[in-house]
Amino acid sequence: MSGVPAAPGLLGAAWMIARKDLAIEFRTRSAFLSALVLSLLSIVIFYFAWDPTAIGAADLAPGVLWVTFTFSGLLGMHRSFGVESHDGAMDALLTAPVPRQSIFLGKALANLVFVLGVQAVALPAVALFYNLPVGPAFGALALLMLLASIGLVAVGTMFAGMTANTRLAELLLPVLAMPFFVPIVMPAAKTTALLLAGRPIGEAFAWLRILLAFDLVFAYVCMLVFPLTLDD
Amino acid sequence: MTTRIEAAGLVRAFGARRAVDGLSFTLAAGECLALFGPNGAGKSTALRLLAGLLSPTRGRASIGGVRLPAPEARARVGLISHRSMLYEALTARENVRFSAQLHGLRDVDQAVERALVALRVADRADVPVRALSRGLQQRVAIARAIVHGPDVLLADEPYTGLDEQGGAALTTLLRERRDAGAALIVVTHHLHEGLALATHAAIMRAGRFARFERAEGLERDRYAAEYRELVA
Repeated sequence: MSGVPAAPGLLGAAWMIARKDLAIEFRTRSAFLSALVLSLLSIVIFYFAWDPTAIGAADLAPGVLWVTFTFSGLLGMHRSFGVESHDGAMDALLTAPVPRQSIFLGKALANLVFVLGVQAVALPAVALFYNLPVGPAFGALALLMLLASIGLVAVGTMFAGMTANTRLAELLLPVLAMPFFVPIVMPAAKTTALLLAGRPIGEAFAWLRILLAFDLVFAYVCMLVFPLTLDD
Repeated sequence: MTTRIEAAGLVRAFGARRAVDGLSFTLAAGECLALFGPNGAGKSTALRLLAGLLSPTRGRASIGGVRLPAPEARARVGLISHRSMLYEALTARENVRFSAQLHGLRDVDQAVERALVALRVADRADVPVRALSRGLQQRVAIARAIVHGPDVLLADEPYTGLDEQGGAALTTLLRERRDAGAALIVVTHHLHEGLALATHAAIMRAGRFARFERAEGLERDRYAAEYRELVA
């Protein structure tokens, strides 16, 4: 039998898959534009529904931000498996001699870039609409968004893969993922509120520790479980 | 002779229904099995089991002595389907290259060019797949499946969408792969097409082999008449 070349390892294959997904998204821009429009529309609707005399901008903004980030992120995660479903591309990926966890890691990495890209536009938009002084807290906010996005993307990518071939994928994905998003979104929103109120990041360490713990647990468990979701 | 494919008591059930019900056979290097049968006979499910895309409910399948779905076994398999398994936003070359990279080929560019030339699609290699006709997409799909020089080629209705030139290129390619020592399974509804390449012929019905025999000496018209009678 002819020699078989050594296939790329977990991280090498994940990087190839992420690069492929990002190349497709960069060319089509379909998911990114949809997520961006959804984000901006949400921010605008929240803005017009807001009564500034009843609730302060700094109190409302964390909720607006994380509702927007969560739903726009879900849109991207759902689409990331849509490209695989089209004409059976997932089958080609599954026959490749790479660890199946690399599919999860690659998709999650591409989804993380996607989610952070949407957030990079949505955060200034919220700051603009609600006249929030995000400048002093920008570094801490960026770190928080990265931490929370890792958890959201890990859970969302796993459920997106699980529901990709179902008839009601667009409905099932948020319904299944949302309960697991709660322990991520809650500390993220609490920390955002503290930072927007001008409090030092040290006051949010307890929330950040919870966020980090859920990130690690979700990322590890989702990567282990993902291959089990692939069999018909 | 080196055993390339081995199926032992392969069963795959979906709920109470057994799509594949106890397939056992071996194919050695240079052998080609033409697999016939009516729709729903379990041919595609059998191929998916042998490609490592489905786990058997019972029994086992091995490629080159390595039990599926181990990556070492999948590395030796090329899968051609009636679905293109391509990313339509990427070019033909990028699709084939992605597959070559996932298989860890050393000289990716050379392997990609060789596969595209073999399928006579090199002149359209830098066109996005979505802009190609169905027949050209199928040629690219075949180039993707053979780019790593698999020892085992599983082809499910590979002639779908191909014109005369494409069909001839595919037949030549399959014959070359067989003569070079690969084992082939070709699922088709066209008896003459399948028997032209086959060293073995089988008819599946209700998940089982209704017939399995050497193709050498088979009288095609008589076999076709018996096939029609068997599946009626």
